[in-house]
Amino acid sequence: MGTPQVVMFEEEQQQIQAICDRLQRDSNSIAILVINKDGQEIARAGNTEHLDVTSLSSLFAGNVAATGGIAKLLAEKEFSGQFHEGEKTNIHLSLVAQRAILVVLFDTRSSLGLVRLRVKKASEELTKVFDALVKKMSSGNAPPVLGEISDDDIDNLFND
Amino acid sequence: MSFINYSSREINCKIVYYGPGLCGKTTNLQYIYNKTNPEAKGKMISLATETERTLFFDFLPLSLGEIRGFKTRFHLYTVPGQVFYDASRKLILKGVDGVVFVADSQIERMEANIESLDNLRVNLQEQGYNLDKIPYCVQYNKRDLPNSAPMEELKKVLNPTNVPEFEAVATTGVGVFDTLKAVAKLVLTELKRGG
Repeated sequence: MGTPQVVMFEEEQQQIQAICDRLQRDSNSIAILVINKDGQEIARAGNTEHLDVTSLSSLFAGNVAATGGIAKLLAEKEFSGQFHEGEKTNIHLSLVAQRAILVVLFDTRSSLGLVRLRVKKASEELTKVFDALVKKMSSGNAPPVLGEISDDDIDNLFND
Repeated sequence: MSFINYSSREINCKIVYYGPGLCGKTTNLQYIYNKTNPEAKGKMISLATETERTLFFDFLPLSLGEIRGFKTRFHLYTVPGQVFYDASRKLILKGVDGVVFVADSQIERMEANIESLDNLRVNLQEQGYNLDKIPYCVQYNKRDLPNSAPMEELKKVLNPTNVPEFEAVATTGVGVFDTLKAVAKLVLTELKRGG
C-alpha cells in the first residue's frame, strides 16, 4: 500500500479560494488562511504579503495538534475553536471537516462576534468542498496521482 | 501525509527526524538550513527551552526542485528527544511521510538509542504506520567521537532490516545531506508508487 495522500484539484482549490475571499470581506478581517492539519497551506486571502505563511501554517498546526492532545487527556472531543487576543492582531482558529484549520487574523476593524458568525457559515461551505474532495478521491474517478512522474525524474532531482 | 496540489502544481511532504535526546536531530536541521540557498528554504522555527533543548519541535521548509512541473517541498521536523516528551513526539509524527532515525554513536548512549527506536516503532504503530513499510533511513551521528561504538555493533542493533544508513558528523555536515537526499528520494518513490 502506498503512502496516504491528500490531493487538491483545480476545481476544489477555486471553490476554497472563493470561500476564503468572501469570508475575508464579510468578516472585515486582515487575512484568512486555510491549512491542512499537517501544517501545509491550502489557501489564503486578504493581506498576507507581510506574513511568513509557511512558518505560521506549521505553528498553527502544531498549536491545534497540542490542544487536541490536551482535549484527549481531558476526555474532551476536541477544542473546535480558539481565540488569541493580541495588542494589534487577534487570531481565531477553528477546525473544519476534521481535516483543515481555518485561521482568521483580525484587528479593531472587526470583532470576535462578527468573525465567529462568518466563520460558522464559511466552515459549513468548506466542509462541503472537503467532503466532495474525499468522495472524488475514493470514487476511482480521480486522475492518477503523479502518474506521469518516472523513477528517472526522481533520480534527476537528486543529481548534483 | 503528502499533500499534492494539482492546482498550484506542488508536492508537499513531511519528514521527521527522531532519536534520543542530544543525538543531533536539531544539529542536522541547523546544518541543512545554514548550507541551503535562501531561495530554497524558509525560516527555521525552533520551539525550545531556555537551555536550547527542543521543547516541541524544530521546523524547516525546503524546496528541492521540480519534477515534471511539480514543485517539491519538504517540511522537515525534529521531535524533542528527552524521554518525558513522549506526548509531543506522538503529535509531531502525525502525517509523517518519511523518518530519519538519528542514533548517537557514543557507546554509553546505546541503550538510549534502543529505547528511542522502540518508542518510534510504537508511536508510529499507534497511528497506523509500520516502521518497516514507510520511507525510513538511519543516521549514525557523532562518528568523530573517540567513544563511538563500532559500526558493526550499531548496525546490528539499530538497523536489523538494512534500511539505507549513513555515518555522520552533523556538527560539520558529514552525512547530513546524504541522509536527507536518501529519505526524500524514498518518500517520492513511495508517493509515485502509491498513485
